[in-house]
Amino acid sequence: MAKYFRRKLLIYLLTFIIAVTVDWCIPRFMPGNPVDLIISRAGLKGSAVSQMYTFYMQAFGLDQPIWKQYLNFWIAIFHGDLGTSIFLFPSPVTKVILGAVPYDLALLIPAILTSWFAGNNFGAFAARSKRLDNTLLPLGYILTGTPYMWLGIVLAWAFGIAWRIFPIAGGYSFAMRPALTLPFIWSLFQHWFLPFASLFIVQFGGWAIGMRNLIIYELEADYSHYLAALGAPKRLVRKYAFQNAMLPQLTGLALQLGVIVAGALATEVVFSYPGIGYLILQAIHNEDYFLLQGCFLFVVIGVLLANFIIDITYVIVDPRTRAGMQGGAS
Amino acid sequence: MTKGKKRNELLYFAFRNTKLKIGLGVVLFFIVLTFVGPLIAKYNPTDSVGPAGAPPSAQFWFGTTTFGEDVFSQFVHGLSSTFLVGIVGGGLGTILGMTIGFAAGYRGGNLDEVLNVLTNVVLTIPVLALLVVISAYVKVRGVMIESLFIGVTTWPWAARAIRAQTFSLKTRDFVDLARLSGESPVKIIFTEIAPNMASYLFMTFILMFGSAILTAATLDFLGLGPTQGISLGTMMNLAVLWSALMLGMWWWFIPPGIGITAIVGGLYIMNVGLDEIFNPKLREM
Repeated sequence: MAKYFRRKLLIYLLTFIIAVTVDWCIPRFMPGNPVDLIISRAGLKGSAVSQMYTFYMQAFGLDQPIWKQYLNFWIAIFHGDLGTSIFLFPSPVTKVILGAVPYDLALLIPAILTSWFAGNNFGAFAARSKRLDNTLLPLGYILTGTPYMWLGIVLAWAFGIAWRIFPIAGGYSFAMRPALTLPFIWSLFQHWFLPFASLFIVQFGGWAIGMRNLIIYELEADYSHYLAALGAPKRLVRKYAFQNAMLPQLTGLALQLGVIVAGALATEVVFSYPGIGYLILQAIHNEDYFLLQGCFLFVVIGVLLANFIIDITYVIVDPRTRAGMQGGAS
Repeated sequence: MTKGKKRNELLYFAFRNTKLKIGLGVVLFFIVLTFVGPLIAKYNPTDSVGPAGAPPSAQFWFGTTTFGEDVFSQFVHGLSSTFLVGIVGGGLGTILGMTIGFAAGYRGGNLDEVLNVLTNVVLTIPVLALLVVISAYVKVRGVMIESLFIGVTTWPWAARAIRAQTFSLKTRDFVDLARLSGESPVKIIFTEIAPNMASYLFMTFILMFGSAILTAATLDFLGLGPTQGISLGTMMNLAVLWSALMLGMWWWFIPPGIGITAIVGGLYIMNVGLDEIFNPKLREM
């Protein structure tokens, strides 16, 4: 077990280092220096250009040797300093993002958990049932092929514009100020529901077909045949098949996290939901690179933490990892 | 003799498989539309040719955008960039995945350790967030660059799957025999191992194709798509940006989404069909 966690932590640490390095490299080695951009925006002429250039180079520490810039970047990160947002000047990037994170968590955690449980149970139920297999599973495949944001757009249009049941923009009603009152919580819920629903629906399809395929594999495995030959009731055989199929589905969840988060980011854009996805859009439109890089780092950290939680769950669920017999969710 | 017989058997199951027929049918329909569409479409996708925001009519089959552009023309032109991203991005991802998966699986040992850590690291990085940061800095973006980025970041999934398959194949007798007769590792991989997992490789490519299309669509939707030209994702981006939702202009954002969903869903259903053909255990009883 210790080896399992050591290995995992090594991978997560490397991932984090690479993510930070990418974040540091991109603005420095991509064409189009941010400093040039700021100066060209300011519309300066003559000697003012070179003066401002040196000023900004010093202000951002870009005149220092490369290795020192890299070191400074790491030091700043450990101080929680990701620079200043241009779009929401002069708020620090960290503060802007921390304000958005609760919305992301409120959207992602319920959507991931409910769709995972519901999808797995439904998939297990549908496996080897001919009628469900031929009607609902193609639907599942279509759902996995649906871009998250498009489903979001369609839901927003149907429920928000055509039928006017749900609001389609913002995290809460623009007429309200955040407070712990019932109407405000109700408004939060109303604004939360459609983005949640579009995330839930797309993921549900994926888990259902994944589970259905796994159950079919498990039911063909020797132990299932053996149990059946012993005269075990069908329900019992299926129960064992289901328990065995849960493990790859848990690994699947870890592998899918990046895609799910990406889907959530795009969905937030559709609903102008004030999470990180919406910040990313604002950052792109306003060429606010500090904010963009900060968002990237936060997404990476979030995905790493979620992966780690799944690893711990895996150890709890699968006794083999505890006994150090197998690698587990590698 | 036996090989020919086996192929016939596969073809027999292929023609009987409804899932393959439906999936392949849908994908082929859109491929044909990609080539024929621009001939049928009467307008240039970025020209203002009609009234602003007109609903579908005999003249403008899918209606027009706020700028009076013909949505149908945009749709058929957008399809080609969708397929291009799928082929180039998915293809590059599969090739990289194959190279790394074969090398790690066949060689084993330290090389495997290193490649495995690399694979897991890239697998953990949220690809889209990474692509967003990279694309935001590239001022002039084309479909090819986009596909390249997607291919370079999405290979780990394929590499893992292929590595596992290679592991189980490399201990088989025929591979040992080839090794004993002094064949080079590269030759063994391509003549002994790869052919025995050809169906698997093909299915991997199909899945990579589909996921590359979805990734590109999301990237385009965020406004980081090709700076010139049109894609299905950029259509959705512009529709939302110019409040097609509020104005009830459903004809602007429904077709591109249906196009992507149908192509990717079709690919996935085709994949299940292929899986059933190649794997007798999964055939319907």
